[in-house]
Amino acid sequence: MTATARETVLGRIRDALALADPREVTVERAYRTGRTLPDAQRLELLTDRLVDYKARVRVCTADRTARTVAEALSARGARRIGVPAGLDPEWLAAFDGEVLEDSAGIPAPRLGDLDGVVTASAVTCAETGTIFLDGSPDQGRRALSLVPDLHVCVVDLSSVVAGVPEAVARLVPERPTTLISGPSATSDIELERVEGVHGPRTLEVIVRTDA
Amino acid sequence: MSSSPTRPDPTHPDGSGRSGGGTFLGLPAVPPRSPYGTGNLRGDRAFPRAAREELGNEQLRRNLTRATHTIRGKRLAVTGELPDWERLREAGSAIKTDTMNRLPELLEELERKVTERGGTVHWARDGVEANEIVTRLVEATGSDEVIKVKSMATQEIGLNEHLESRGIAAHETDLAELIVQLAGDKPSHILVPAIHRNREEIRDIFRDRIPGVDPGLDAVPAHLAAAARAYLREKFMTVPVAVSGANFGIAETGTLSVVESEGNGRMCLTLPRTLITVMGIEKVLPRYRDLEVFLQLLPRSSTGERMNPYTSLWTGVTPGDGPEEFHLVLLDNGRTAALADRIGREALNCIRCSACLNVCPVYERTGGHAYGSTYPGPIGAVLTPQLAGMDAAKNDPNSSLPYASSLCGACFDACPVKIDIPSLLVELRHQHTEQAGTTAEKLAMKAAAAVMSRPQLFTAAQKAAAPARLVAGRDKVISRLPPPFDGWTDSRDLPAPPRQTFRSWMASEEGAAALRAAAEEGRRSRDGRGGRPDDGHDGKHDDDRPDGRHGDPHHGEEER
Ligand code: SF4
Repeated sequence: MTATARETVLGRIRDALALADPREVTVERAYRTGRTLPDAQRLELLTDRLVDYKARVRVCTADRTARTVAEALSARGARRIGVPAGLDPEWLAAFDGEVLEDSAGIPAPRLGDLDGVVTASAVTCAETGTIFLDGSPDQGRRALSLVPDLHVCVVDLSSVVAGVPEAVARLVPERPTTLISGPSATSDIELERVEGVHGPRTLEVIVRTDA
Repeated sequence: MSSSPTRPDPTHPDGSGRSGGGTFLGLPAVPPRSPYGTGNLRGDRAFPRAAREELGNEQLRRNLTRATHTIRGKRLAVTGELPDWERLREAGSAIKTDTMNRLPELLEELERKVTERGGTVHWARDGVEANEIVTRLVEATGSDEVIKVKSMATQEIGLNEHLESRGIAAHETDLAELIVQLAGDKPSHILVPAIHRNREEIRDIFRDRIPGVDPGLDAVPAHLAAAARAYLREKFMTVPVAVSGANFGIAETGTLSVVESEGNGRMCLTLPRTLITVMGIEKVLPRYRDLEVFLQLLPRSSTGERMNPYTSLWTGVTPGDGPEEFHLVLLDNGRTAALADRIGREALNCIRCSACLNVCPVYERTGGHAYGSTYPGPIGAVLTPQLAGMDAAKNDPNSSLPYASSLCGACFDACPVKIDIPSLLVELRHQHTEQAGTTAEKLAMKAAAAVMSRPQLFTAAQKAAAPARLVAGRDKVISRLPPPFDGWTDSRDLPAPPRQTFRSWMASEEGAAALRAAAEEGRRSRDGRGGRPDDGHDGKHDDDRPDGRHGDPHHGEEER
């Protein structure tokens, strides 16, 4: 009977470990975890990072969400936008353009015809300026926040945590998760940074301080 | 804080995997290297010769110097701002070591989780088998095209060439990889593979090779990037199969991860109907939580950013979101051979950040092509010989790789998972000299290895003659090596002859001491002790190593 590749590879690994004893090791998580920072500091840190990544940051209170979303969209000249099915319709109350509610059946090229997309977010890491999307109904499938050229992303300050460990602890592993730290970028040509290659070339972040 | 002591049971209670594992009567067998003559783990010239040819390339050297110094500066800034950077490195190193100790169970767990979530797991003994599996999967979709995310594993196995031979076009979608592919080049750096090309060349490549590109295209990087965007967008929207690598695969949850900048990764991982991911077996991580360490270590060490623009995490198949079919190909291709070496296995901890390339004085002068392998620089010099062997053929170019270093130690200092690359190089040199042919040759190599393994002696030798160094430091000249090494340098037209020959140095007091040490070490290994040719430094990560490497004020990254 010939061994399957699986049996062979696992057998080789066991042989290798038998031939050379494992080095005993203890994983010490002595790095910073479970940090908390006051609202003002998290906001300041996050804003600094996002601006560094060339994202536009707008700060507002929850009652001004609709107005701020409309401002962000009109500042970029967006007339046709896509939204995930679970997005709070109130957020678009001040937007007078065309809104497409996304669904799995809409082919990706149609998303490319949109001027932009508005989504919520799952959690955000202040220290690295990283927004995590996890495919929840108010964030939608991954293609929606990827194909259009403008992404307006609403971040609630209560979901902004200090560092990476605090953010990872809040994730649901089974959900398709995308970490976004500014608009896409490349430095592949003579190391000169070019913002915006394949993902949305413009990232507008709206931070809601009391949400 | 948590801890997880690990020490797998060497008696293998689970016999099922071993029965087919090449063992005979229960004796462990040494796992095979990547098969000779396959994939991209071996150049056609030994390092010194290749390096000498690359040194003639002024543009390469200028671009490399600029790139490595820029990234190095950014890396130091963003690693320096984290007060717990060293603790993150410790944790990263420990997690990887723990992973290697428990590799069988972790891979089985990963397989189970991916399968539970609707994915299919395939195992490949080597690159040839992985290429076959991927080709079969692509053919089953009916597509004759695939889009690709930059992946070192698929480059290592030569997947693109294989697909091509079977009538399947593989489109690289990372900008630098696209440039390299369109130009018919090989990548020269892990992170910025097209760094050897300047903007005018890239403009010309695009004008010649991208169908329908504006003939008036200029050389402004933003315009070049826009041209690539337009060309690739059509591919993203139409090609139904993507092939990716993976930075991490989480055993606990079955989650795979790709870390990137441009969004081409997200496109490939999200839009096609079928996704095929090729992952080296060493890329598995035990827990989802381990991401909290590596998502800090990798971007800061790699691009010198606090975080890279995009990271994708996916687990199997999610209905209504992304590919409907997901295949994970787990690749050995010499990794188990590396794992069988107690010292060498540390190279498997590498997370491919490229920080060691950016601090290496040898890499900076020769560039990535000289190494002849997908994996260049310091990590390539230790990983390549272990995956593919160094004596698979007569005059195997890989046997020169462990000497492609001045053992300055900068790579060790930069490495986010604390791989002691200099010690690994010394060990490989030792192994190579053990395998050398004639007695005279053996002795000379042994002496050289003994010298190179003792940084004080080595430094003294360099000062005396610069003979044992393959690439000279500040004067940017490759110096001549004594027999039997001179065949490697093949350099009759030396720009600057050494001030003193290796022979005369060997006749000196230091040389004599090195010879004695080599002889003594030979006796010890004959006695079955199997010692290494260094100063009792046993491969532990002691920062206060007694060998003087860290005592040199000119070592490391603060140098420039
Ligand atoms: S050896 Fe260390 S520094 Fe070099 S690429 Fe691998 S992880 Fe990075």
